Amino acid sequence: MAAEPSAASRPPADSTNHGFRVVVAWIALSVVATPLVAILVGRLFPPGNGSAQGTEQVLDNTVLLSVITPVVCLLAVFFVYGLRSFHAAPGAVVDGPPLRNDSRIQILWIVGTGVIVLFLAGFGTFELLQNGAGGGQGPNPIAVPGGSKLQVQVIGQQWQFTYRYPSLGGLESNQLVLPENTDVELHVTSLDVIHSFWAYELGVKADANPGSDNVAFVETKGPETFHVRCAELCGLWHGYMYNNGRVVSSAQFQSWASQQKKLYAAIAPFMNKSPADGGAPYSKTYLPLPSERAG
Amino acid sequence: MRPGVKLLLVAAALTAAGVVIGFYVSNLTSLAGSPTYTPPVANASSGHPVVNLQIQTVAAVGPKLSPNPDWVSYLIKNNGQWQRKTVWDLPAHATVHVTIYNFDGASGLRNPYLARPQGMVGNQILVDGKPTQAVDPNEASHTFAVPALGLILAIPGVADEAKDQCGYAPCPMSNAHRTIQFTFHTTTPGHYRWQCFVPCAAGWIDGFGGPMQTIGYMDGFLNVKA
Repeated sequence: MAAEPSAASRPPADSTNHGFRVVVAWIALSVVATPLVAILVGRLFPPGNGSAQGTEQVLDNTVLLSVITPVVCLLAVFFVYGLRSFHAAPGAVVDGPPLRNDSRIQILWIVGTGVIVLFLAGFGTFELLQNGAGGGQGPNPIAVPGGSKLQVQVIGQQWQFTYRYPSLGGLESNQLVLPENTDVELHVTSLDVIHSFWAYELGVKADANPGSDNVAFVETKGPETFHVRCAELCGLWHGYMYNNGRVVSSAQFQSWASQQKKLYAAIAPFMNKSPADGGAPYSKTYLPLPSERAG
Repeated sequence: MRPGVKLLLVAAALTAAGVVIGFYVSNLTSLAGSPTYTPPVANASSGHPVVNLQIQTVAAVGPKLSPNPDWVSYLIKNNGQWQRKTVWDLPAHATVHVTIYNFDGASGLRNPYLARPQGMVGNQILVDGKPTQAVDPNEASHTFAVPALGLILAIPGVADEAKDQCGYAPCPMSNAHRTIQFTFHTTTPGHYRWQCFVPCAAGWIDGFGGPMQTIGYMDGFLNVKA
């Protein structure tokens, strides 16, 4: 066993209140950094303000960042302070002061992080329950916004999305066009493998599973162009499975719908079958007769 | 072995792997190695290039044209020979006249939306000489679609009870077939993928494997060049 160092070889007792210094520096840094980060960085967060859900997601990300900024500040302050104050003097051969358990700090850390996690869990749940936050909620959604909604079925297949509008007589198009300031109820499904419908600027992302009706909600804002792409590796041309959608004025939406109805009038008899016959509006698969014959 | 030598060997191995992956990705994106068909180009009186494509769609490509003789496939006619090439060089801003001879039976469309021919001149096709603006989804055998050009058309299949159906390709014109004709225009230079939307790969789960996922059968590119 090593002999205890003699009193002469021990470092002099340190009367500096390091804890007080660290706390003061941490509070000062946090008070400055948190609003700066929230204001300057928060507005850069995806997916932007293309829809009510997008705006909420930006808010969610900003809240998350604002909550973790003081934590990061604490770690940064302690790291820098520790490097400056607790390093060994050049040429020193003696051990530093022993590390001792401090139950107060442990309790403070556990309570602090526990409060943060519980707050974020509550906040996240509140945000989710408002309208689903743009995510797919499965066939029986629990976070349903009130009021009337425009229903649109999103149909994924290798390798494109098409969009069916039951309120427009089962009109289907490969363009997703939505009227502004409208609540939209998206029913996402697939005709073959698993895809994922991701309307980036709208803040909507919902898996497209064959034989399943995955419901998501979005409230559009003003006119804009948004990107749609498949977010699930789905085969050879997955990388090409994208296009643009548009949010337009109500008049432009009606005009577009009229044009599409004329363009697709020739196949209206096939599109307007009842769901039991494999037609619009929300049949989950559209099995053609030869496949049915083949079983 | 000294640590320095070990580090050097690891670095060399990582570099080699990176180079191999780089070549692989480069090969994919440039389509190097895919057999390409370059059709003869004529010039219309307007000065725009004009191209004629003759295509077969066959239920079984046969041992002469593929190591996978039972795979469904597109074929292109080149100098009187049917070849299994699905990457085609086309001039930009060209008029492309296409004739498809389909020797395959109906599989049906999963989505009747694809029954509407669109993106070609007049938004209609000729099926056995008759102008058509809608193909019965249940009679569709394949589709020819270039999504980036907005070009989609369904190809009607040969009737189940038709006589003289083709076995292995290339199929002689004496076999039962449907003839589909249309004209479309190419746009700016670029790689435009084309594909069949009908899950027609017999023997694969739900018809989605094999030839549906392999360039050279039911998928390809239009290399539109300036």
